[in-house]
Amino acid sequence: MGEFKVHRVRFFNYVPPGIRCVAYNNQSNRLAVSRTDGTVEIYNLSANYFQEKFFPGHESRATEALCWAEGQRLFSAGLNGEILEYDLQALNVKYALDAFGGPIWSMTASPSGSQLLVGCEDGSVKLFQITPDNIQFERNFDRQKSRILSLSWHPSATHIAAGSIDYISVFDVKSGSAVRKMIVDRQYMGVSKRKCIVWGVAFLSDGTVISVDSAGKVQFWDSATGTLVKSHLISNADVQSIAVADQEDSFVVGTAEGTIFHFQLVSVTSNSSEKQWVRTKPFQHHTHDVRAVAHSPTALISGGTDTHLVIRPLMEKVEVKNYDAALRKITFPHRCLISCSKKKQLLLFQFAHHLELWRLGSTAATGKNGDTLPLSKNADHLLHLKTKGPENIICSCISPCGSWIAYSTVSRVFLYRLNYEHDNINLKRVSKMPAFLRSALQIMFSEDSKKLFVASNQGSLHIFQLLEGSFKHLHTFQPQSGTVEAMCLLAVSPDGNWLAASGTSAGVHVYNVKHLKLHCTVPAYNFPVTALAIAPITNNLVIAHSDQQVFEYSIPEKQYTEWSRNIQKQGFHHLWLQRDTPITHISFHPKRPMHILLHDAYMFCIIDKSLPLPNDKTLLYNPLPPTNESDVFRRRTAHAFKISKIYKPLLFMDLLDERTLVAVERPLDDIIAQLPPPIKKKKFGT
Amino acid sequence: MAALEEEFTLSVGALGAGPNGVLGVEPSDKTDQFLVTDSSRTVILYKVSDQKPLGSWSVKQGQVITCPAVCNFQTGEYIVVHDNKVLRIWNNEDVNLDKVFKATLSAEVYRIHSIQGTEPVVQFKEGAVRGLEALLAEPQQKIETVISDGEVIKNALSIFFITFFHGSYFAYVQMFNSRNLSKYTLLLGPEEKCITLNFTAYVDRKFISLMSISSDGCIYESLIPIYPSDTEKNQRVVKSQLLKAVVSDNSRSGIALTVLDRDHIAVLGPLMPASKDCLSIWNIKFQTLQTSKELPQGTSGQLWYYGENLFMLYGKVLTVIPYKCEVSSLAGALGKLKHSQDAGTHTIPHFVNWETSQGYGLGSQNSEQSRRILRRKKLEVSLQPEVPVSEQLLSTIKKDSEKHIEVELRKFLAAKWTPDFHTQIGDIVTGLLGRCKAEPSFYPRNCLIQLIQTHTLSYSLCSGLMEIALEKTDVQMLQLCLHQFPDIPESVTCACLKIFLSIGDDSLQEININMESVFDYSDTKQDEKMEEQPEILQNGFSPENGNCGNFNQKVNEKPQNAAEETTSCPVTPKRAALLNAILHSAYSEVFLLPHLKDIPAQHITLFLQYLYFLYLKCSENATMTLPGIHPPTLSQIMDWICLLLDANFTVVVMIPEAKRLLINLYKFVKSQISVYSELNKIEVSFRELQKLNQEKNNRGLYSIEVLELF
Repeated sequence: MGEFKVHRVRFFNYVPPGIRCVAYNNQSNRLAVSRTDGTVEIYNLSANYFQEKFFPGHESRATEALCWAEGQRLFSAGLNGEILEYDLQALNVKYALDAFGGPIWSMTASPSGSQLLVGCEDGSVKLFQITPDNIQFERNFDRQKSRILSLSWHPSATHIAAGSIDYISVFDVKSGSAVRKMIVDRQYMGVSKRKCIVWGVAFLSDGTVISVDSAGKVQFWDSATGTLVKSHLISNADVQSIAVADQEDSFVVGTAEGTIFHFQLVSVTSNSSEKQWVRTKPFQHHTHDVRAVAHSPTALISGGTDTHLVIRPLMEKVEVKNYDAALRKITFPHRCLISCSKKKQLLLFQFAHHLELWRLGSTAATGKNGDTLPLSKNADHLLHLKTKGPENIICSCISPCGSWIAYSTVSRVFLYRLNYEHDNINLKRVSKMPAFLRSALQIMFSEDSKKLFVASNQGSLHIFQLLEGSFKHLHTFQPQSGTVEAMCLLAVSPDGNWLAASGTSAGVHVYNVKHLKLHCTVPAYNFPVTALAIAPITNNLVIAHSDQQVFEYSIPEKQYTEWSRNIQKQGFHHLWLQRDTPITHISFHPKRPMHILLHDAYMFCIIDKSLPLPNDKTLLYNPLPPTNESDVFRRRTAHAFKISKIYKPLLFMDLLDERTLVAVERPLDDIIAQLPPPIKKKKFGT
Repeated sequence: MAALEEEFTLSVGALGAGPNGVLGVEPSDKTDQFLVTDSSRTVILYKVSDQKPLGSWSVKQGQVITCPAVCNFQTGEYIVVHDNKVLRIWNNEDVNLDKVFKATLSAEVYRIHSIQGTEPVVQFKEGAVRGLEALLAEPQQKIETVISDGEVIKNALSIFFITFFHGSYFAYVQMFNSRNLSKYTLLLGPEEKCITLNFTAYVDRKFISLMSISSDGCIYESLIPIYPSDTEKNQRVVKSQLLKAVVSDNSRSGIALTVLDRDHIAVLGPLMPASKDCLSIWNIKFQTLQTSKELPQGTSGQLWYYGENLFMLYGKVLTVIPYKCEVSSLAGALGKLKHSQDAGTHTIPHFVNWETSQGYGLGSQNSEQSRRILRRKKLEVSLQPEVPVSEQLLSTIKKDSEKHIEVELRKFLAAKWTPDFHTQIGDIVTGLLGRCKAEPSFYPRNCLIQLIQTHTLSYSLCSGLMEIALEKTDVQMLQLCLHQFPDIPESVTCACLKIFLSIGDDSLQEININMESVFDYSDTKQDEKMEEQPEILQNGFSPENGNCGNFNQKVNEKPQNAAEETTSCPVTPKRAALLNAILHSAYSEVFLLPHLKDIPAQHITLFLQYLYFLYLKCSENATMTLPGIHPPTLSQIMDWICLLLDANFTVVVMIPEAKRLLINLYKFVKSQISVYSELNKIEVSFRELQKLNQEKNNRGLYSIEVLELF
């Protein structure tokens, strides 16, 4: 296969923001996750947990609550006092409405999904009616004396429970008055804490209210009498989140120690009808606070300060031992945050509010496999480009020649021209971006850096001609009539003739840039596209899907290639299909059209289409070099997939030239080192 | 669910001196207080919850009480009849029965009936009935004869009595107000030759439900109307079978039954031909045995039930068994069925009812049970269609000598292993144990040991086995059982422990015990010198150096002794082997603790010393294990030390011999705590070291490496 010099980059100082809320939608089997920087991500649990959509964060919008309502409408509320609705098609914020109650701490949709309830800093609980394209304030419930931190509807929508500081109130929805007030014990291991914060409540259909609080207790209350029925002290630290299964036979709580506990309603004795809540399983998948939990029918989902989203399937609910039965830990976004200029060996790193440009080092030495070569020149940090305004960067790109940088926020697209004068860099912003170009979901430069392709969130694709220091709008491909789906992945052919664009669900559209028309549409596939690329010379479009399938589609012939048909016929190796992170980047060897280079977070692979495909009996991944086996044997066992797992977690990998690779790693330890310290737990003794 | 609680006795000695034991137990006007009438001369008032007599009254020497004392609920006075005709009435304050009110009647009294809310009724032996007030107004009034000459009253319930005359039973219902008397002939039904042994009755609105237990072991019910529809004399009452085979069919006497409530009756009598007397509670609605209690010391065949207590003469003493019964349901009845089989019917093996096909045991089952068993059998049969039980061996077990059985058994075991080997072994063990129970002298030890060594038995398959071994203090067998059985209950484990600790050394000498879990202690004795060095620094424990304040000073005075103490094993190797078997057995702390409390203190101390010795041996090497093939593990030793101390701390603390041991253990725990606190302190430093280590491994933020893909 060959020998490569690999630039192993670990200076991408990316720390994913902590998870604040998770909301599971049973109807579409999707999970909405909000992070501390206000980013909201949508994961499709049916599509191998692929993060198919995201809404960029905003400095002033600290999301405190997230919920699905009216089927598949997504709302969030935060400390700026606003309720937001997200447009899941166009991938933008539909509207923001101030609730006028100060910061919002909690929000929940009614069981029918037609009403929205928010709990505010000033102690008010506000009811909103959800109309088809807006929400309308309806009324206030009785004002409480301190902030409402948690809310839960009774399944019959007649009552709600609201957790506050030191007490839980039960409201009658019809009258809006508090009918019960249950005082939570402040005592903590015999010591009276200053305050006991009720972090979460859950109202069950039998009238039981389950509360979790800062004293480490999970308590069961009878809402009819307002009495404490049962109390479990489960943690020395706060219990911060609770989620109940739809059947109300199990629930999950998350603690500040990083443990989640599963509670189940089990019979007191076998075949007795009397049931009680029993703490059944503790899981320790987090090191830090578990800020949010969700309970899907088959799994416990948790996320917190340590930035991992953990999906822990309930083995008793999983019928077949397939890949859904495995524990999932999602740490990195399923999109590319890095772009590279091959000519100038530059890397552009995208952060929430700034971009970093680095120049790779060089070496004159050579070595054999596994050697670390002495550097003749170290990597340089060339540029630190801060955004203006509170909005997060959505996407960014550096041109292959290295002289253009473009990025976009929700409200603006920025284009910069870079001039290199020896070691100095001259940065010049290209002003006067056209008015129609408000925000971009994906930006791409052509191979010769003469053209700029922008996918806007309205579903249209814009083509610009880049001139020295200015640009010219060439054309806009309007979306297919009737669809408003945003395009979020772009691929340009090296010869600049073809542009492929993919949305979240519909197929991949291929445009002819020369003739400025739609060339063809690759048939839609059940699973979302995770990466796209067009091969040089052959103009084959390689598409990776979230179910780990890879297709090769010949653009000129408008059909799948022979190789793609073959591999579909034979099927991918089972270990290939069992990988749990999506392929996020595809690239090609400039001289060898038979090679496809692709990577996910834990491996990179060069597919050599000239070699036979592996079947399930062959060893897919063989890290050891052949030593003394005969050449015949080696040829017989060789197969198309050349896999390396040396670099992980791998965020980006590309070929700089024929013999040089660049790999950007982000070790988890480096992320943990930047997180606040976790709650210290004693290791020895009791 | 019906449940019999732990029994307790009311009197020791005094009672039961008369020929018929206790004449009667009657409630007094205060709950929880009962009048017990001795068949000779004494009436005692008991407070049951306190288990003590409140008062006792006797008639003069020469006089005999002929009718149980009752309480007049209206006045709170007590009434008794002695010498058939003399009526005495007294109350709590009276001391001497001689000086209390006395009335001599003209006819002999059969019984006085006293029911809450009404005036007592005196029934005469000739059948006539009088109210007490009316009688006292004119004691010498003439009493008419109701029943014919030769008829004898067998049982009576205030308005109703049964007589026996020329082999037939007659029931009389007397309406007290109208003085109407209806006579019914009780028909015996098809089984003419059966003799009715005992009666009980209760009033159910319009009917008197008369239950009789007859000599075929079945209970029959007859319904007799309270208000006779016509005055025609001598009506006939047919009895219907209520329960089948509740007692053994050849028992002639000592059978009693009493109605507990609408659904439950209590029966006193042997359940099985060979077995001892047994108190059993039956649910008549579902015809199931609810619970039973074996009474091996024999009863007098009398049973009373008041409030929540069953009274009976058990052995020579009056015994009270508290009885609780919840509303019965089918599920409850069925749920208990398994238990009832365990407790009541010993001929049924505990796992599969193979015997039913071989002709014993089934006959004595009631229909419900047998149907169930048949169903179960069918199920089992369908699972294993061919069950060729070595019937020959089974029949050998029933009659032949031990030697012969052993030979046969060896043949059987040597034969080819068959798929139903397990069930056959189960059969054989059940057979052997059945015979052991029947014949106390029969104890086929070798056979049993061979069977245990087949590795197919478990405690639940042959629960009787360990009991018999315990009875015979067969420690070898017990050790074997402890090794082989995975499911020994804690109580039995504890019973074994008791025997292992208490059995004399000389008797152990002759017994052949598996010693593989015991290492040779003698060689450690030779290394006395090494032992004397301040031992055991393992786990931070050093008894000499730990600064344990006052305790330590005392110990330091004679460190020599302490060293010696640790070197020699406190028990003989054979006993050690037995105790190791206990250490290896599985247990659940909760269930074991109560039983451990029953072990005498000196045995506890001995065991603790042994465990401590084992611990010291353990800590001699770095791996914290004992030498030997199958030695107890450190955690087993520690768990048992904790268990023993938990169970018996208050006792052990008082024993001077245990003092040193406790001090040593205390020091051990203390040093352990200090080690852990030190570890906690070190943890931080460890983490820093780890960090440094990581940084070393970290290859920096940027490097260029060579990679070759194959």
